[in-house]
Amino acid sequence: MEDAPTAPSASAPNSDHSVSETPTGTRHTGTFTVKRGLADMLRGGVIMDVVTAEHARIAEDAGAVAVMALERVPSDIRAQGGVARMSDPALIEAIQRAVTIPVMAKARIGHFAEAQILEALDVDYIDESEVLTPADEAHHIDKRAFRVPFVCGATNLGEALRRISEGAALIRSKGEAGTGNIVEAVRHLRSILGDIGKLTQADAAERYAWAKQLSAPIDLVNEVAETGRLPVPLFCAGGIATPADSALVMQLGAQAVFVGSGIFKSEDPARRARAIVEATTHFDDAQIVAKVSRGLGASMPGLEMAGLEQRLADRGW
Amino acid sequence: MDIGILALQGDVAEHSAALSEIGVAPRRVRRPDDLTGLDGIILPGGESTTMSMLLESSGLADPLGKELAAGLPALGTCAGMILLSTHAVDGRSDQRCFGAIDLTVRRNGFGRQLESFECDLVVRGLSGAPLRAVFIRAPLVEASGPAVEVLATLEQPAGAHGGVGEAPFGDGRVVPVLCRQGAVLVAAFHPELTPDRRVHELFVSMVEDDRVKRTEVPRTDEGR
Repeated sequence: MEDAPTAPSASAPNSDHSVSETPTGTRHTGTFTVKRGLADMLRGGVIMDVVTAEHARIAEDAGAVAVMALERVPSDIRAQGGVARMSDPALIEAIQRAVTIPVMAKARIGHFAEAQILEALDVDYIDESEVLTPADEAHHIDKRAFRVPFVCGATNLGEALRRISEGAALIRSKGEAGTGNIVEAVRHLRSILGDIGKLTQADAAERYAWAKQLSAPIDLVNEVAETGRLPVPLFCAGGIATPADSALVMQLGAQAVFVGSGIFKSEDPARRARAIVEATTHFDDAQIVAKVSRGLGASMPGLEMAGLEQRLADRGW
Repeated sequence: MDIGILALQGDVAEHSAALSEIGVAPRRVRRPDDLTGLDGIILPGGESTTMSMLLESSGLADPLGKELAAGLPALGTCAGMILLSTHAVDGRSDQRCFGAIDLTVRRNGFGRQLESFECDLVVRGLSGAPLRAVFIRAPLVEASGPAVEVLATLEQPAGAHGGVGEAPFGDGRVVPVLCRQGAVLVAAFHPELTPDRRVHELFVSMVEDDRVKRTEVPRTDEGR
């Protein structure tokens, strides 16, 4: 199939049959191509955290490519404390009924039973997320065992490749959720993309040292070294609060953005949501980003990293 | 040859790589002036609701609509197919449909992501092996006009989805998944996600034919 098409050869009349192991039309669901494919469709878009069906409709109206259904946005989880878990299935279903765009939901790190429930609910993507309280201090979910695709957070290249080796079809920076402070997301993106750049310069012997240093499988390290990119899309999450924040991370190399508390904790969510969508598309056109940034009302209140009691990005291994 | 890719949202990079592989340098289209002098345009996969909103806010909707009405060759995949169709069922009221090909499509008619799949397709007019096709929350063709040429179909198995929130049809109905009308080609699947370049090659040959036709018969002022 990969070969350039040529005129059918009379000497190999049955060559078609060797290509396809199953009859034409047989459907293969849950393949890596299908899982990664949805992530590719979200590129250049904004995925918005929503806690009600009404929020989900506002997000869809504003041009969100997908919504993340959860019970509390990260800034409330941070403020209220306690164990943060998967959302109530009734809430997820209400949000699925409210919109036509993909609906994602979060499971706790390592909590494969929550992931099984989310798959049973027919969610479009599962975020195995550090924003929720981890359920397992050593193991992430075996994501290859699922038909539904997973997105996972990463702070550096090694973490990204470990998640991909476990079956993640999409990687996002962790940033520091619920802070409205972009500094950590920038650190994570620069770390991941900077190391990818360095890895492309490594010779075959050096790649083994990289694999050891990154605690990542050598085959994935080789693939990144040869292609100069992750085998799955790289999105940005954790701290985006303004259109300028989105333009910044898109220019740094993110392929789409997740916005958590930044929209529905601001003064005018509908307007801000739309402005962030437009800034994400026109990220390299400062005239447009300036235009959409005017008069958005107050952003969510932000937090300084030094004042944080809990760093969510430290969760996951 | 100047082929544009609507670059508001979606898998623009994959279409761009596909065109580059077959020797065509793509141009990204984000603003009205990016349309000047195009020989053809690709509307990629992505979210059609998002693209509809961005088509309006970027000022592209009307000039692109005029170009398409004047016969600009176009390839639409998935969300791009919805945008090029005449009518979208289950679309939002603000869903943009350019009517470049006489189809009625149902958004997410194959179901949610868990029903997304890949399969081999036999395509009329393509030589060689069957075409591997990747369907992601794909639109379903509900009706096609007489001018539409169906190049590939898929049988909906019993109990198959009738769309998100709809009852399954379960009637084994055969649905078009690759269609052509004049210089417009649409796929419910994503030829840009697989290494097989035959669909892009077909589109480039359609653009070439259209260019030859235009040089032979100069268009009037109402044309492009």
